[in-house]
Amino acid sequence: MAKRTFRIWRGDVKGGDFEEFQEEVSEGMVVLDMIHRIQAKQATDLAVRWNCKAGKCGSCSVEINGKPRLACMTRMNIFGPDETITVQPLKTFPVIKDLVCDVSWNYKQNRRIRPFKPKPKGEDGQHRMYQDDVDRVQEFRKCIECYLCQTVCHILRDRDKQDEFIGPRFMIRVAGLEMNPLDDDDRVPELKKEYGSGMCNITRCCTEVCPEHIGITDNGIIPMKERVVDRFYDPVVWITSKLTGKPLKRTTKAEDDAAGGKTRDDR
Amino acid sequence: MDVSELQTFEHDVLVIGAGGAGLRAAIQCSARGLNTGVISKSLLGKAHTVMAEGGMAAALGNVDSRDNWKVHFRDTMRGGKFLNVWRMAELHAKQAPARVRELEEWGAVFDRTKDGLISQRNFGGHRYPRLAHVGDRTGLELIRSLQDHGIHQGIHFHMECTALGLLKDGDRIAGVVGYWRETGRFVVFKAPAVILATGGAGKAWRVTSNSWEYSGDGLALALHAGAELMDVEFTQFHPTGMVWPPSVRGTLVTEGVRGDGGILKNKDGDRFMFKYIPAKFAAETADTVEEAERWLEGDKKARRPPELLTRDEVARSITAEIKAGRGSPHGGVFLDIASRRPADFIKRKLPSMYHQFKELAEVDITKEPMEVGPTLHYFMGGIRVDAESQMTKVPGLFACGECGAGLHGANRLGGNSLSDLIVFGKLAGDGAAEYIKGMGNSPTTDAGQIESIIRGATDLLNRESGENPYVLMDELQDLMSRCVGIVRTGEELQEGVDELEKLSKKVAKVKAHGASQYNPGWHTAIDLQSLLMVSQAVTRAALMREESRGAHTRNDFPGERDEWLKYNVVIRKAADGTLDVEKVERPPAPANLSEIANAKIEDLESGKVGKDA
Repeated sequence: MAKRTFRIWRGDVKGGDFEEFQEEVSEGMVVLDMIHRIQAKQATDLAVRWNCKAGKCGSCSVEINGKPRLACMTRMNIFGPDETITVQPLKTFPVIKDLVCDVSWNYKQNRRIRPFKPKPKGEDGQHRMYQDDVDRVQEFRKCIECYLCQTVCHILRDRDKQDEFIGPRFMIRVAGLEMNPLDDDDRVPELKKEYGSGMCNITRCCTEVCPEHIGITDNGIIPMKERVVDRFYDPVVWITSKLTGKPLKRTTKAEDDAAGGKTRDDR
Repeated sequence: MDVSELQTFEHDVLVIGAGGAGLRAAIQCSARGLNTGVISKSLLGKAHTVMAEGGMAAALGNVDSRDNWKVHFRDTMRGGKFLNVWRMAELHAKQAPARVRELEEWGAVFDRTKDGLISQRNFGGHRYPRLAHVGDRTGLELIRSLQDHGIHQGIHFHMECTALGLLKDGDRIAGVVGYWRETGRFVVFKAPAVILATGGAGKAWRVTSNSWEYSGDGLALALHAGAELMDVEFTQFHPTGMVWPPSVRGTLVTEGVRGDGGILKNKDGDRFMFKYIPAKFAAETADTVEEAERWLEGDKKARRPPELLTRDEVARSITAEIKAGRGSPHGGVFLDIASRRPADFIKRKLPSMYHQFKELAEVDITKEPMEVGPTLHYFMGGIRVDAESQMTKVPGLFACGECGAGLHGANRLGGNSLSDLIVFGKLAGDGAAEYIKGMGNSPTTDAGQIESIIRGATDLLNRESGENPYVLMDELQDLMSRCVGIVRTGEELQEGVDELEKLSKKVAKVKAHGASQYNPGWHTAIDLQSLLMVSQAVTRAALMREESRGAHTRNDFPGERDEWLKYNVVIRKAADGTLDVEKVERPPAPANLSEIANAKIEDLESGKVGKDA
């Protein structure tokens, strides 16, 4: 088969540039195979993350001809016969070396989310929930943490609002907890005040790049935004709460802690 | 080099590896009040646990209430051809249900029964539906549940950090030297207890379901530190991995394809499995196409088709067809479900297989056959540990998960690996906690040892010239695939031993180019050292075991030999750096367990046997 031209970004935090490689492509190959072939023959220290090579671990996320993709699931034959293939690290996160970037910010966001808090078990010592009730939660739990949605999200990518918005991956992480029938916690105040749910303006770029085809925006982010609106702005919900005497929790755990552990409902 | 200037962390326990076993061990250590560190070669959540599909075996009895630990134990022993460590198989069967329920407390969302309980599915070798699962992505659910729980337990995670060597104070463990992949800088972890949870060494073979990470680091670290390996001749080849395209060579094709009616054919279109039915399975296997077709149509009187024989039988048969020149164009055989089932059935029952072949091979499995061949999948053997504490022969050194030995004997049942991780991960954590409680004074690290470990790694970068690590990795994979395959002979294994000896001279001169910062060439050169040592151990153990049992098949010694059931092959590093390979007699089977494992299933279920166990 023919030789193809690759432009691969080489460098580190101090700077770098694209380097051109010509390499033979064999039938059935994916971009990650080509990177490995270049690594073995031409640039033994070319850095790239990878692991499972089957689209299940989300390690080999890069930007190929400008699109965030998994290198292991991008077949060479999707490109035109003379097309140059340009590979660069995810733009949103700081580069470490070549195609490897520092995604530790994402791990920090995950830590900010209060973990699952189980309701008490039934009398027989078992938890009961039904398949219909967990289908949606299981959709979110298909996430392989490739962070393609994080890198494409324009709030994080172009506007650098990483202090204000946790990003689509962690919006569906929260959604997966909030919609879990066994979870006994409430993260709606945090969604608004800490996780920045209002920042997302539903451009659906995250959903488009998701290799697991999770309905990030429609099934995850929008329902979470609705819960925030109901809790904070819906007059009907507010009146119902007054009439039934059930207070609306609008404070975050951090605010409660600052107030000496008291929940200040319905401010 | 001034060792005192190296970055240093102090932990009570350092866990090496962040797959299911490592994470479960770390959670336990933390729960026991220990200052716990975890290092992992990859990012958190990327370990190979993520690739597991089918489920985790635990006798919950949610789907069939007749299931209990005794039946699970009996299945495991039979699957392992009775070479399993009895006590480990007992602990595993007894504790797996509690470990699975605990995952639910930590946020795992399993598929449900219609009563709202954790659902369980059927699998090879398990008498009842026993595998808790989430579609065909159970491993992802396991690792994510442990990860999302673990990050809130005060555990220190050190990601993309590779262990280079273990430090000792006299006989005891004192810590670990590693390096950060990101910067190439070295780091010392002072820790009186170290838990190895590093997985297997599948990367020594060309066609494998394992990724670059599975280079046998834990096994090599253990040998260097004075611990022993056991049963490493038992390497599981899964019969059906993808063989084409190159990007996915070795990736698993689930047994479910055959369970749902898929058949194996050679290039002449011959349904060859009928030629390979062994005598001991003949009574339960259809011997004509006509009968196998009736089974597919649901005739309960028809016997199962030969495509559903055990993994070792099917893998051997496929290999024989390929060797006889009747293979498919890319060196496999054909697995055909397209001509057997309607398209919508296939898409509904095998969604991830449909997706996998469609995206990666451009094969529509509802229209064309798949090309498949055996793929190195799993190490039954590994580091020899005490069944109760998971401690190795070296005080303070523990092992769990795939890198540990004992639970699976000569062959592992599907579904028993994920439950292995959580059962023995927890027990290793408990073992480490008990060890530290009774330890006395803390060990100290030795600057000379640290320097020598670091020099071993920097030499690979600093030498003037030498062999290309990728080329040597290629040679090793060629060699192991050729000489230590599914079907082995003494002659080939001896050739393997000799060739490995030659290769080791080249590996001693490997040269990595470039700087130490995130340098895959250097990482490969380092991984090669472990892989080579483990390859030598596997090859020599396979040469010593002169019988065929479970996953170890010797053409020159067909069939199980009763005499060999009395022994494990145990490997140590001798003072001169070479490997000592020895037959070690197994302790006698506990009478109560032996009775259960050998009982007729009716007697076990009626309570005639094992009532008081």
